[in-house]
Amino acid sequence: MGGIFAGVDVGASRTKVALLDEDRKLIGKAVLKSGTDFSRTAEAGLSAALEEAGCGRPEIRGCVSTGYGRKNVTFHNDTKTEISCHAKGCFHYFPMAITIIDIGGQDNKVIKLDDHGRRISFKMNRKCAAGTGAFLEEMSVRLDIPLEEMDGLAEASTDMVELGSYCTVFSATEVLEKIRQGKKVPDIVKGLFFSVLKRVLEMDSLTERVVMTGGVVAHNPYLVKMLEELVDREILVPPFPQLTGAVGAALFALEAA
Amino acid sequence: MDVGEKPLRKEITAGKVLKKIMADHFYELDAAAKSRSPKIAWCTSVGPAELLRGMGFLVYFPENHGAMLGATRMAAELIPYANAVGYSPDICSYLTSDVGSYLRKQTPLTKAYGIESVPLPDVLVFNTNQCRDVQDWFAWYSRELNVPLVGLYTHRDIGPIHKYELEDIAQQIRDLIPPLEEIAGTRFDMDRFKGALALSRRTSELWRACLESAAAIPSPWTFFDATIHMGPAVVARGTQAAVDYYELLLKELQERVVNKVAAVEGERHRIYWEGMPIWGKLRPLSDQFASLKTCVVASTYCNSWIFDQLDPNDPFLSMARAYTELFIVRDEPYKEAYIQDAHERFRFDGILFHDAKTCPNNSNNRYGMPERLSRNLGIPVLTINGDLNDLRCYSEEQTKTNIEAFIEQLEEV
Repeated sequence: MGGIFAGVDVGASRTKVALLDEDRKLIGKAVLKSGTDFSRTAEAGLSAALEEAGCGRPEIRGCVSTGYGRKNVTFHNDTKTEISCHAKGCFHYFPMAITIIDIGGQDNKVIKLDDHGRRISFKMNRKCAAGTGAFLEEMSVRLDIPLEEMDGLAEASTDMVELGSYCTVFSATEVLEKIRQGKKVPDIVKGLFFSVLKRVLEMDSLTERVVMTGGVVAHNPYLVKMLEELVDREILVPPFPQLTGAVGAALFALEAA
Repeated sequence: MDVGEKPLRKEITAGKVLKKIMADHFYELDAAAKSRSPKIAWCTSVGPAELLRGMGFLVYFPENHGAMLGATRMAAELIPYANAVGYSPDICSYLTSDVGSYLRKQTPLTKAYGIESVPLPDVLVFNTNQCRDVQDWFAWYSRELNVPLVGLYTHRDIGPIHKYELEDIAQQIRDLIPPLEEIAGTRFDMDRFKGALALSRRTSELWRACLESAAAIPSPWTFFDATIHMGPAVVARGTQAAVDYYELLLKELQERVVNKVAAVEGERHRIYWEGMPIWGKLRPLSDQFASLKTCVVASTYCNSWIFDQLDPNDPFLSMARAYTELFIVRDEPYKEAYIQDAHERFRFDGILFHDAKTCPNNSNNRYGMPERLSRNLGIPVLTINGDLNDLRCYSEEQTKTNIEAFIEQLEEV
């Protein structure tokens, strides 16, 4: 058979590309900022992933695109929603009944699968980006803390500050109030992480085994630890959480071939 | 699946007649408003229209105007003006868009029919069976235009319907007669009232038959068609024109059923729509479902104008019954049983709940009904967030993704 299968996940924030071989092994990947030209970014991502895999474009036997910009990918054979792709990707790594929590750049999703990988239900956040990657990005700008330092800061917290606001903008005001009160930055950052988790937990119940995925988890693994403590259960995380949707898309491409 | 392809939908031929009926309705009202004769009553959508026709009033329905403001997407521009005079953006967006329309002197009737303004009322008649907002809505116009306001106060959250509830409503209807006679300047005509009831009942029977034709597989029409073709059932019930129209429409739908003509070519999935339409997005939503080979076959909303309990031989009590047995005023167990019954007849494989921000009364997803129905019926449910008229409460991309993902889920089954 031979050949490779591409999954391209053009998200609101980042574009992810995953290449699988016929044995479903991840052989190439790329993550780029989605920017304003989704078609071009998808092309660039594919080139980078092909380079990592050491393969050429003619070897691609199928491509499925997903995410907000899925229709902008010029080289797709089919499109699937990110909900189906995250479900597919997570079930690939954890073939059992699972509840998936995907924290993306703009959307949160809670997806439930049965032990055959069939979707039982899914929920997306409402018209609000509180509790998503956009929330943490906004806070990193407001607090002038590089995004990549937030995970370490949260982990260093000894006395978490709890934030009550539902809204990203109001949360910023609340954070400024905590700064005025002399609270420590790590404790505030942990409070921000906690607020992300609260937003997710209100979306749906967590049944069966829980899998966390998405870009926010990929860059902030401490969130996983916090959720484990919060719900007192082990949380499963796939090898490249930011790529799960792209992997799922590539799996759809493979199965259609 | 790719949703980019051009959807195939069958247009309904009777639509041309529909346009004429709606136009005639507004032209007649416009002429009456200008000549001050006959008198005009504004009535809530499920108010006592037949009684008003029995008194010789022409009847205008502000909720229908609200839907037009939504469908033409004028609402988003006009709602802020109602907010500016003190109406919260959280309350009924039919109300806020209609009040905004009045304040800005802009109406979709101008573009559609060349009519300068809505016909001003001689009396305002509400029925709280829709919600309390309609009463407040009419009360504002009563103050603003110095026009008398009368109405019916319906019992709510009703399980089994009791005799005392019906007798109470029937008496409230009778009590409307003296003030309406005074405004109309004519005596109440029982025969005319009974005639209007008979026509309303016939309209309802035909409308029900039209809606139930969607039980056929494939369905001859969709929820999106029905939201448009329900116009005469709303504004012209109690008239011969409505009866004639639905006889025509039913014939066309029955022919489609016999010939297995599908409204959505290649119908693969069937969905039930629970809650208000999103008026400003009917076309894109209809296109999306069609491109996904999915037919929205039934809804609670379009069924809300079936009043086949009306009986000219028992006019007041049967009218009370018709306007009390409505889904919207019933309790949760009744509503669940109602949708389960619809499932048996329409054989849909998923339910979409529209959580309308400004219409909690018509959003049945907020107390766990989707989850209970999903469990009881063994079918998936989806809730989308939006609004009947205020598109600021609606996120198009997220909704599209949710619907597409829902259909993908159905395909996994």
